[in-house]
This record gives sequence, structure tokens and C-alpha cells, in this order.
Amino acid sequence: MEDIDVLRSELIATVNGSADLKTLEEARITALGKKGRITQLMKGLGAMEPDARKAVGARLNAVKDEIAAAIEARKNDLAGAAIDAKLMQERVDVTLPVRPGEDGRIHPISQTIDEVVAIFGEMGFQVAEGPDIEDDWHNFTALNIPPEHPARQEHDTFYLPGVGADGRRMVLRTHTSPVQIRTMLKQKPPIRIICPGRTYRCDSDATHSPMFHQVEGLVIDETTHMGHLKGCLIEFCRAYFGVDDLPVRFRPSYFPFTEPSAEVDIGCTREGGQFRIGHGDDWLEILGSGMVNPAVLENCGIDSSRYQGFAFGMGLERIAMLKYGIPDLRTFFESDLRWLRHYGFAALDVPSLVGGLNP
Amino acid sequence: MKFTLSWLKEHLDTEAGADEVAARLTAIGIEVESVVERSKGLEGFVVAHVLAAEPHPNADRLKACTVDFGEGPISVVCGATNARAGMKAVLARPGQYVPGIDVTLKKASIRGVESNGMMLSEDEMGLGSDHSGIIELPEDAPIGARAVDVMGLADPVFDVSVTPNRGDCLGVRGIARDLAASGLGKLKPLDASPVKGVFKSPIEVIREFPEGKGDACPYFVGRYIRGVRNGESPRWVKERLTAVGLRPISALVDVTNLLTLGLSRPLHVFDADKVRGHIRPRLARPGETMLALNGKEYTADAEMTVIADDEAPEALGGVIGAERTGCSGETVNVFIESAYFDAVRTASTGRKLNLQTDARFRFERGGVDPAFLIGGIEIATRLIQEWCGGEASELVVAGAEPDWRRDLKFRPVRVHTLGGVDVAKPEVERILKTLGFGVKETGSHMTVSVPSWRSDIVGEACLVEEVIRIHGYQHIPVVPLPPTASLPAAAWAPEQKRRVTARRALAARGMVEAVTLSFVAAATAELFGGAPEATRLTNPISSDLDVMRPSLLPNLIAAAGRNADRGIADAPLFEVGPQFAGDRPEDEAIVATGIRSGRRAPRNWAAPVRPVDVFDAKADAVAALAAAGAPVDNLQVSTEAPAWYHPGRSGSLRLGPKVVLAWFGEIHPGILGRMDVRGPVVGFEAFLDRIPAPKRRKGAARPHLVLSPFQPVERDFAFVIDAMVPAADVLKAARSAHPDLITEIRVFDIFAGGALEAGKKSLAINVVLQPRDKTLTDPEIEAVAAEIVSKVEKATGGSLRT
Repeated sequence: MEDIDVLRSELIATVNGSADLKTLEEARITALGKKGRITQLMKGLGAMEPDARKAVGARLNAVKDEIAAAIEARKNDLAGAAIDAKLMQERVDVTLPVRPGEDGRIHPISQTIDEVVAIFGEMGFQVAEGPDIEDDWHNFTALNIPPEHPARQEHDTFYLPGVGADGRRMVLRTHTSPVQIRTMLKQKPPIRIICPGRTYRCDSDATHSPMFHQVEGLVIDETTHMGHLKGCLIEFCRAYFGVDDLPVRFRPSYFPFTEPSAEVDIGCTREGGQFRIGHGDDWLEILGSGMVNPAVLENCGIDSSRYQGFAFGMGLERIAMLKYGIPDLRTFFESDLRWLRHYGFAALDVPSLVGGLNP
Repeated sequence: MKFTLSWLKEHLDTEAGADEVAARLTAIGIEVESVVERSKGLEGFVVAHVLAAEPHPNADRLKACTVDFGEGPISVVCGATNARAGMKAVLARPGQYVPGIDVTLKKASIRGVESNGMMLSEDEMGLGSDHSGIIELPEDAPIGARAVDVMGLADPVFDVSVTPNRGDCLGVRGIARDLAASGLGKLKPLDASPVKGVFKSPIEVIREFPEGKGDACPYFVGRYIRGVRNGESPRWVKERLTAVGLRPISALVDVTNLLTLGLSRPLHVFDADKVRGHIRPRLARPGETMLALNGKEYTADAEMTVIADDEAPEALGGVIGAERTGCSGETVNVFIESAYFDAVRTASTGRKLNLQTDARFRFERGGVDPAFLIGGIEIATRLIQEWCGGEASELVVAGAEPDWRRDLKFRPVRVHTLGGVDVAKPEVERILKTLGFGVKETGSHMTVSVPSWRSDIVGEACLVEEVIRIHGYQHIPVVPLPPTASLPAAAWAPEQKRRVTARRALAARGMVEAVTLSFVAAATAELFGGAPEATRLTNPISSDLDVMRPSLLPNLIAAAGRNADRGIADAPLFEVGPQFAGDRPEDEAIVATGIRSGRRAPRNWAAPVRPVDVFDAKADAVAALAAAGAPVDNLQVSTEAPAWYHPGRSGSLRLGPKVVLAWFGEIHPGILGRMDVRGPVVGFEAFLDRIPAPKRRKGAARPHLVLSPFQPVERDFAFVIDAMVPAADVLKAARSAHPDLITEIRVFDIFAGGALEAGKKSLAINVVLQPRDKTLTDPEIEAVAAEIVSKVEKATGGSLRT
């Protein structure tokens, strides 16, 4: 029996010591081949007494299985080492930068429009549009701004040579308010629309651009009053700027197309030379609003004794500048790629209330 | 509009300070731009009497002065040439901060002479730039008094922005009335009682308007005052005018300014001895000229109102007076005009002449009270007599007070249903009455009569505004806007949404969105099809922004050029916006336009860089159209494109033969040359508005998906064809061999030259066959392959490369 133990140790050592598949095969033949040492011992079993044969046979079978398993294990080890060696040959420098990808951007104005639409859309507003080249009836007269009205003069209007229906002068719209008129002329109340778009004033300096963007809002039904105007606009300001308790102030003002009219300020602070929107000691004017002037409703064929509602308008560049800390209005239209990549937004950064509008 | 606190308090009985007044003004709709407390930081400076001013023993330019500021004589060294014994000066003492030179004074010895303070100039006080000498205070200034009081600086100056509807607030009294209504004091009575005339004016007023034009100047009140002495007006008047930015001129002129700003009652005072004959308000004769008080000559037209004498215009009605009859130091007899001019005509006169004046500003805003012509002239008469003496004539009245009386029906419930706030009826009445409205109960509603100075109040909504703005907008309860439905409908209409999607699709392809001006230079527009006359601006902001853009490309190409100048040569820019083919709404098109310049990708280790080419632009165009919902699989590609594209490297994507959905291609090198931009630049213009509206099908279900269990088979073919044969012809022919079986054809190789005959090219395609009901046998595959070869050879005249 001692022989078998010695033999087992010797054979396993040979198997485990095989440096490659060839030597391992030789070791297998030495142990388990037709003339292998274990095989030889098995052959000798027939000459034994039945009891001894049973004991030695079981023992030999166990050793045989053990060696076979050792050979299999060694084989796997040797194969793994060969693959490892091959993979090491295939190594690359993973610190190399990635291949150039697509790094597009959405302009801050488009993003701001999408944000504004997302908020007002949630409040049941739908987007309405009108042409950039308007006639002066839609842009002024229908909005209760007669030709010699000082408010018309203050608009710095761009004029075009053409004449429209009824001798109306063609102008570049000075605000998005004519879209109100176009909507009311073709749609019966209730109306709840917002109108983002390009607007134009014949003015250019550090804080003015001859083209800029506004968004107009209009609600017409039978019951909407100033309290709703406040509710709607406070909700907008807080959602847009992402400040839950943003102070919002309504001040009496004047627009020919609203009566009563209100200017809307939001709270801000300049403490420590750092401008911040929110609670503070100062106010910042951001939009104009009011209850639609009955004269405007009548101009659009809407019965002002039955219907009423509010309208508002704000500058999109202004609210984008405030929210995103963009210092200069004119840079919006300069198409400087450094600016666009810095202030622009990723393609998939689509504003929505479910996704949250603020970081 | 500027005024001082003391001016306000002349009309308003109140204890309120500047801050409280400012806050209330903003709350009731008179926006405060600024409140300047000019005396801030200057309160410690006192009036000093200069007792002696001797030459400094050790310095030529200095004087050793002895001054008394009420605590005995002290020594002060002063460098001003105007320092002299007997004068009254402003003294700053050691320990005090002098803002103009940013220095806190110390007791000092200047070249051996002790100096216990400093006598100040205007710029040292931080008041202006007058450095010519120290301030000379009036001789009667009390020694030791605060200099700011003597100088009239203690009075805070308000600058408010008055909305165009509130012409009445262009007078201090109007502002006082609003404040009184808001509860901040009480409006003081105004003494406009008549001054008895002691003679009949030798100058008459004869209105000479043609039939129907009398409203140009419907009402004119005049008065002759004889024997006046025109000099300086009292100090408080000069201080008041200076504080609000006006230059005191003479007593007679200052009276008119005081009434204009204080009571919104512009007046004109003629030197009566220079008036030839009588005063004749009339429309101007075309071409009549007048040298105005501002030294400029104006030519009137037939629509302008003038106040003429027998010979020529002496004033442009409601705008400005003439130099010829202006008052001077020699003026002895004057004629005062207090007239009413039509707002529209006055505005248009001023605008045509490009002339803004305090008078025009008030007339055109309806800020002049048509019932206050006589009141105004009485107050002016009293002031002139007080300051200049003289005897007043009886009033000269021409025309009649225009009918301004108006009653409005007012339902107080509208304060709640429109204004959104409950205001008790007695408070509603109080507010309206304090503002000057008459209020009468008439059954269920009120009848409200509008005061003469409130031409802006025309309906019930106006009255609601009056009530709630005085009551305070902060008291309107906030009410959420009720939802229209439990879930809102889509905010974007389909044709709007596709612009949003196209924009994001292009950004996802690495393009950077720009927003450029809607204008271009006419010459640039010419390169892109030209701008029609109807889109040429009448008053452009500059000559290079004078037409509406006929295409978005020029702005983007120019932007690429500017970026290249800054060292960024690769500019993948796009814009989704309007372009203009005319001035009608239907001439505006929303176009997704993009360009790429320079290289397609930056230099990198992984792949060689290549310049952008037409296929980049084509891919961008297809992507924009696909995102916007165009059926891109059904588009036809043709080689036609506008002249601003490279004629051999451009094309169009069409839906059917007529509808062009996009142009794409290399931008013509000639155009780039004209625009001074380095190529290559490729671009596309995708006309999103032309994409057919998405069909409103039943639901959003897709067609049923049938998956084949059988392996697809691929076969490659290479054809030698004429170089001019479009690849599209090969693909079309190949597909026609077995449209059901062929699911995909890819072009995987194309070359010319080498062993190929000149004028030929080799085009290799990979065809995917997808059997649906059984595995294809070799003979079946061979048959399809043979059919493909035969179709292609027949369609293109080419042959299979062997």
C-alpha cells in the first residue's frame, strides 16, 4: 500500500511540474497510458485474493481519478497562461483620448423658449405664431395704439415700403402682441396662448439689439381676473428661475392694450457685488402685463361685455441672461462658436417639468 | 420728469419723507427712477464769512485768510483767486470728509501758516466740475448755517417716469393728487383766483382756422401786462429750476417753466412791443419759416398750428416760441398766451420737425387740462406782478373750452370681477373722489364723471384700474389659473414641434445652433437670389443691415468667416428661422439651414481628417428632414440647385417632381470669394414648412412586424459604367430585379482610373436578399443575381466587372 501512496505523489508531482502541454501529455501516458504505471498496477489486481483485490482496486481507482483531475486542471492552467501571454501582446494605451464625437449645441434662446413653453404648456397654454413682417394695424392700431399716440412713437419701428390691405403700412413687428390679435380674429374664446418670436426695434447700443425675442401670453374667457394674472405669472417666475419663494411684485403701469396694467418685478440682491435672483433688497423688472383692454377685444370682434382676460409679454434674452448669467445682449447674435459652446445646451437637454427645469 | 420734495409739499400736505414718498409713488404706478439727496455727506459744511484774505508770506499763489463761522475767527489757507475779504464761503473743518477730493481734513500748517479748514469749490463738494474758484454764497447767508440749506441742496430731487397716459402727472400737482388719494397727505388748495384787469388789451386774439380745423387750437386765453421789469427770478425759483435740470433765464421765462412743470400748464410770454398787430392762431402757410427760441430755423407745413401776428408766425402752437418776440432784459410790456392745442397735431408737428420740448411733451400726452387755461394765466399773472411789477389787462378769450365732460357707467362689482380684489364701496368712492372724479349712485351702478385733466379715462376698466392701483396691487389675492383639463393638451402644434425636433437632431449631429439677425446687406442678399424691393427697410439701422434676408446662408457663412478669423476654422453652424421672399405673411418661410466649414472632425490619432464635403451637407439635410417628419425614404435626389452652390457638387431633395424639400451642396467658391470666407464650406437649406402635415391616423400604432425565420443571403456585384451614370440609377435598377426579396442595397466601393477605361467608373454593391417563406436554393439565388445584372446593364449600359 505504501507503494501506491509513493506512486501517487510522484505522478501528481510530474503532472503539476509539466511546463507545457507536451510534457503534460507525456506525464499522462506515464501514469494512465496503456503501459502506464497505474494501468500496470490495475492489471496486477487479478492475481490477488478477493478481499485484497477489492481494497487495492478501490484505492487504485481513487488515485487514477485523482491524477486524471490533476491533468485536467493543469491543462486549463497551461491554456489560460497561453491566452494571457497573447493578450499581453495586444495591449494598447488606454490613456489615449477618445475619438472625436459630436459636440453640438442648442442656442440659449431656443432653450429658453422650450423652457417657457414647457411651463406655460403645463398651465394649458398653446403656442401661436404670426409673421415677422406685420402691418401697422395688427402691430399698433388693433392694440389700441392710434397713429399719433406717443406709445407708437416710442417703439422705434422699422418700416418697409409696401402697403397692405386698407393702406396699412408694413412694419417689422415691434413686439409679439400682434399675434394676440391674429389669434383672437380667428379663434373664439376660451383662448390660452403663448407666442414666442422675433421682434424688432430700430435701436442698437450696449443694451439694445435691432432684433430680439419676446414671448407674449394671452388668456381670454369669461372669468379670468387680476388675481389669476398674479397667480399665473408668480408661478411662472418661480418655476423658471427655480426659486420656490421668489418674491414677485406687481406695480401699476400703462400699456395701451391692457387696462388695468401691471409691471412685474422679481426680487434680487446685489449683496457683496454678486447679483443673485431671490430674496434681497432690490427689485428687477422682468415683464409687462394687464387685463386685455376692452377696446382690443372689440377690435378683434370679441364681445367685451362677456369676455375678459389677461395678456403679458417679456423679453426672452433678458430672462435668459438673468437665469444663465449671460452678461451681454448683443453676444446672442454674434455666432461666436466659443460663446455658443459655452452658453449653449446639449441636444438631449430637453426642458420639461417632469425632468425639472433647473439643476 | 423731475421735481423736488419741497415742490411736492407745496401741493401736498404731508409729513412723509423722501423714502416714503418714493415707495408710494412706485406702488401707485408712478415709477421712481431715482431720488437724489444732493446734500448727503455735505451736511457738516457751514457758511463762513471771510474777514481777511492776505497774501501768504511764503507762497505766491496762496492766501492766508481769517474766517468766521460763528465760533470766532480762525485761520484758513486758501489757493483760490476769488477768495477775498467780505465774501461768504463754504467752510469744511478738520475731521470732515471732502467728497470731491476724497480727503478727510486735518488741522495743518501750510508753509508756516496754520490752516483750520478749507473753503470749498463746487467740484470739491462733488457737485459739478466748476473748479474756477471757491463757492461764493449770497451776502445775506447766515454765518454758521448749513451750506446745503443756503445752497438749496437740502431738497431731495425725484426723477419719475410718467406713463404716456398720465399727462396730468407731468405737473407736480398731478402727482400730489395721486399721492393724496393713496392716503399720503392732503392736496392743498390752489389759489387761481382772478387778477382784476385794469385795461383792455391792445392786442386781440383772432383765431383764423378754416372750417373743420378749429380743433387745432379751439381755445386761447391771453393777457397783456404793461410796465414790467424783467430781471432774475427769486432765489427759490432759480434753485428749484436748477434742481430739476433747467437753466433759470429771466423772471418772465422762469414763470412759464414753473407753471409747465408745476401745473402741467405750458404758457408763452411774448414781448408785446415786438408783436405786429394782433395775435392770430392759424394753420401755417406751407413754407413759412420761423427762427425759434432754441436758435434754429423751422419750416412749417400746412398741417402745423402757428401763433402768428399780422405778419409772421411767432410760435409753433404747443411746441416752441419765436426768437423775434421772445422776452429780454429790455422787455416792458408782455402778452401771455395760455392756449389749448390738439394733441395729435402737436405731436405730429414736433415729430416732423424733430423737436421735443416740455410743452409738446405735455400737449401730446393730453397732459394739459382744457379747463385750466384761465386758472393758469391768473397764477402766472400774479407771479409776474410779484416779481416784475406791471399792470394786468382784462383777459382776452378766443374760442371756447373744448367739451371734455364725460360720464361713465361704473359697476363697483367690476373691481372684484375684473380687478380680482374686494374694495368696500365707501373706499371706492373715496378713492375716485380724491382723484377728482364725480360720483353719483344710480341704482345698481355708479355714474362717474371724469375730471377735465383725465382724458385717459374712457371706460369702466379704466375706473377699475384707478381704484385698484390706489388701493394697492399688493392687496389683490393670488389665485391659481384654473386648469383647462386634468392633463394639458400639447403646447406645440405639429408644424411647430418639427422645428424643435429638427433643431435638436442637428445639434445631436454635432452642429452648433446660431441665432442671427433677420437682416443682411442688399449686396450680400444679391448673391443668394436677391431681396425684393418690398423687403428693403425704409429706415435700416445701418447700410449693411438694410434688407430682410432671402436665405439664412449668408449670415451663417459670414459667421464661419468671423470664427475662422478668430482661429476656429471648423464651423458646424445651423439656424432654424425665417427667411423672406416678400412682405406678406405667406412670403415668410421657416427654414433649417446649416453649414460646415474646414474639416469634418478635428485632427486625432484614430483617423485621418478630411475636409467637409457635399455628402456631409446631404446627410445633415436628410437628418433635419427626417427629424421634422419628412418621408426621407421616398425623396428624389436631383442635381439641380441654386446658383450659390457648386454646380457639380450640389443637389436637391424632392418630394415628387415639384416640391423641393431641401437644397444641399458645396457653397460656390465664387460666393465665398465675394464674402471673403475661406472654403471649403458646405451647406443645406431644408424647407420645413413644405413637409406635408403628419396624417392624423387612428392612434399611433405601427404596421405589424413580420420577422422571417430564414437566413438572409448577401451577394456582391461590381459594375463598370459610364462615369456620368448616377449611382441612384444603378440602385434603382438592381432593386427592380426582385423588389420583394431585396431588402437592402449598399454601395461599398467606387473608383475610376487604374485599369479602367477613361470615362468609366466601377461601382460595387452589396445586395441583401431576405427570403420569407423558405430557404433559398442556389439556383434561385443565381437566378436573382442574373436578373440584377441584367437590369443594371440594361438601365445603365454598363457591364458586370469580371
